[in-house]
Order: sequence, then C-alpha cells, then structure tokens
Amino acid sequence: MREKKVSLDEIYQDVDSEIAKSKKLNIYTNLNPTAKDQASKQGDSPLAGLPIAVKDNYSTKGLTTTASAKMLEKFVPQYDSTVARLLGEAGGVVIGKTNLDAWAHGSSTETSDFGPTLNPRNLDHLPGGSSGGSAAAVASNTCLAALGTETAGSIRQPAAWCGVVGLKPSYGRVSRSGIVAMASSTDSPGPITKTVEDAALLLQHISGLDAKDSTTSPLAVPNFSQDMKKGVKGLRIGLLYSEVPELKESLKLLEPQLKVFERLGASVEPVKALDPHYAIGVYTIVQRAEVSSNLARYTGVRYGKDRSFLGSEARKRIMLGTFTLSKGYADQYYTHAQKVRSLFRQDFDKLFEKYDLLVSLSSPGFAKKIGATEGQAMFGELEDMLLEPSSIVGLPGLNIPCYRDEKTNLFLGLNIMAPMWQEARMIQAGYAFEQATAWNEWAKS
Amino acid sequence: MKNFSPTQVKHIATLANIPLKIGEEQGIAQDFDQTLSVITNLNELDVSKTEPTHQVTGLENILREDIALSEESFTQKEALANASHTNNGYFVVPRIIDKDE
Repeated sequence: MREKKVSLDEIYQDVDSEIAKSKKLNIYTNLNPTAKDQASKQGDSPLAGLPIAVKDNYSTKGLTTTASAKMLEKFVPQYDSTVARLLGEAGGVVIGKTNLDAWAHGSSTETSDFGPTLNPRNLDHLPGGSSGGSAAAVASNTCLAALGTETAGSIRQPAAWCGVVGLKPSYGRVSRSGIVAMASSTDSPGPITKTVEDAALLLQHISGLDAKDSTTSPLAVPNFSQDMKKGVKGLRIGLLYSEVPELKESLKLLEPQLKVFERLGASVEPVKALDPHYAIGVYTIVQRAEVSSNLARYTGVRYGKDRSFLGSEARKRIMLGTFTLSKGYADQYYTHAQKVRSLFRQDFDKLFEKYDLLVSLSSPGFAKKIGATEGQAMFGELEDMLLEPSSIVGLPGLNIPCYRDEKTNLFLGLNIMAPMWQEARMIQAGYAFEQATAWNEWAKS
Repeated sequence: MKNFSPTQVKHIATLANIPLKIGEEQGIAQDFDQTLSVITNLNELDVSKTEPTHQVTGLENILREDIALSEESFTQKEALANASHTNNGYFVVPRIIDKDE
C-alpha cells in the first residue's frame, strides 16, 4: 500500500468480496459495519487502516462480544479490551469478530454455540480451535491478519490445521484485560497471520506492560523484527516428542522438512523431554479449576443470560474444575497437578541450557473431519498434547506451515518454541524456514 | 480411580451453581469418568519434593493506589447497559433472603 501498488479501497473490496463468498464457512459471528469508514481515517498510522479479524472473546466497545456463547449472544461491551485498544491506536481496524469454541473451551471450533467454522483449505474438515474462526479468516483471505488467544494450543493448533502462521507470545507479554477469561495462569493473546513478518509486526503493537493486567511483564518490549532476517546459522535446535508412538506417520513427513534448518547452518537433533501425556493431566485439571472460578461471574445479573444457558462443554468444565478444587480432593488433583507443572518447568529449563530453540509437530496429524469431536470428552486435550507442555509453563511458540498434502489440501504445522521472552529468536527461525520453503503461499509475494 | 455417581454430579452442580437439566447428571458422570481415566497417569510421577507452580511470572504484589479513577469508571447508564433486569437505576437480582427471614 505504501508503495502505491494497491489502495486501501482495493484491499477492502477484495476482503468484502471474499467475506461474501465464504458465508457458509461460518467464520464471523459479527461484522463491523463501520470498518471501511474507520479505515479511511487511519492515514499514515503503522497499520494504516488494514482489516484485522478479532476472535470474539476480545471485548470490543460497541461491537458484540459473545465468546461464541448463547449466554453472551447480545452482550455489547462498554469498553475495549487493552489489545483492541492498542490495535486501534496503531491504526488497525476490526473487520469482524470471529467464531470460536464457546468460551474458548475446545480445539475444533465445533463446540461453538453458533455452529462450527469450516476449514477453508478443505470444507469437509474442521479449522481447529479454539481460535478456529481467526485462523480460517486468514486462510480464506477475509482479513489481512487476525488475533486469537491461546490457553494451551488455541492459536498454534488452528493455525497448523488451516496452514497459516500462529504466534503464542510468552505468558505476560500481552495484556489479557478485557478478554473473556479461560485459564488465567496460561491465557496468552496473540496474532494469527499469513506470514511470520506480519506476526512480528502485530505482536509489536499489542505487547507491553498494562496496569489493568497485573500479570503483564514489566520487561521492555524488544524489537521483534530486528534479527528476523539473520538466519539460523549456528543455532542449536532440539526436536521434541519424536519418540511418541502416535506421531510416527506425521514425523515421517516432518523430518525431511527439518533438513532445511541444517542446510541453513543450524544443528537439529532429537532429544527426550518429559512425556507430553503428563501435560494433558496438568492442563485438564488446572484449566478446569481456573475456568470454574472465572466463569462464576456469569450469573446473568449484570450482563448475559442466566446460567441455564451455559452450553454442555462449559458446564462440564466448570463442574469438574469445582470438583478438583473441592474439600477432600484439592490436594489429590489440583495441588498435585501444579507440582507436575513444576516438573515441566524444570524440564524445559534443562533443555534450554543445551538448545537455543525446541521444535515439535504442532498437531499429531492433519485437520480432523467435521463431526470428529462428537462423544469425545477429551478431544481437545488429546489434540493439543504437543502444545500443552509449553503453554502450561508460559513459553512462547510459533506455528508455521511445514507440509501440505496435495490430495486433501490439508497442512501440517511446525511448532517452534523459545525460552521465555525470546519471541525474536523463534521469529528469526520461522522466517528463515518460511523463506527457504514453499509451504507458505504468501511468504514471498 | 474415581467413579462418579449421578448423586455426586448433582452435588458438584450445586457447588458450581449450575442448573442441571433433568437426567443430565448421568451423561456428565460418564464424561467425568472418561476424563479422569486420561489423567490418572499423573499419579505415576513422584512430586514429593516438588513445590507447586501456581503462576509462571514470578511477579508478586502488583498493586496500585486505592483511588477511584474516573476515566476508567462507567457511568450508571454504561454499567446497566447489558443487564436483563433493571429497576430505577438498580440491577435486579434473584432473591437470596427468604421472605420469613
């Protein structure tokens, strides 16, 4: 746009036309009727009025915020979440709010109270979740970039399933104020984009200490793009979870892709980590416990409908969370899980003494078919197994597309994990991979 | 290994303030059993000498002055804007005190 190759009007025309064509994908819960108008006023701002899709659990003043839950169907926030405010200050415009698993309780977007979103890469398949709408919005060109949230996999997994870039920042890097809370000790808002460069740009504008979120870090926000083009020469990369039996088929497809890093001068070797199957238990308990507390505020008195409108998945999570915190069971479940969480912390600390970055598959396999979640109480937790360890410890992670099946048009994603606060390093590696391979259709355009 | 009974589920629902639909407790009990069966592996790990991690930031006591910030505060209209029942500038809440008390 700055080089006058395309105008803001043309961008909006394209996006609007794609939105009209993709209605049956059920990507958006609501569109912003004043988007174009707002965009025309952004002038020379960093994000120049570009249309950004925002997951519908971010409060946006004047625009419904439903968390894809019937209970909040008519809820219109009287204030912006901090990230929505920062996006606006940088000149980004909310084109619409995207669909998610209701209350972000899921990994498929199939448990949205407003119906599933379809995967733009293959309409018989799910986009993943819980930020499925945001990932689908990017993959379908119905926005220039999107925002999602990750509690354990909810940015990286849908990004993997939709073949786009998803960046989970370090916990505490981006403010959670005004975002419908799920698990307060792991929730991390972050960008879902077409390219690594875009993710770094969006992250730059939404990061930072926020007085309204006392878990945000006082550390200065670095320039995430500064070393982006430096390459990976000399970096030591550890491949995790290659001994996990369920991953055999997907690993056969991943391992050749990792040779790219070696050709670029990095070293890659498999290394054993604490079994990710244990992270499922930690996450299941901690998340449900925190959810039971966070969703207690939804009583239908100050906003929303009463608790009889809570969907099936939300009820179960709240109740199991209540159980794991209750007298006689809290030590056995909640405290025990938080101790295992410490074991994962210690394990990552040890791994990062030896390696600069750690990689793994983002998802055990390709996007699942519509209907896959039916009757599966633990669908999400099992699908997110490879991402739960880094999420519960607060580490940053970046998903980039690393393989596409020609027959199904579905993708595999590579999960690149960095030590706490080292988003720039994973951005550096992700960019190098993106530029050296052809899996990202937008990378060199 | 826990086996949830529908009675237990009803008790948890009361604690969690969730109004169950008739017969819902059966299905939920089965779901809970399914969930717990996936996470029993946590008991395989020895955490006898491990401290719990409740938060990963290491931050403590992030406080601010206890003063009202007018620019952050809602007007009465804004505060009531999403309520389903209001009366004369008040939120209407469910009865919590019995008529005889």
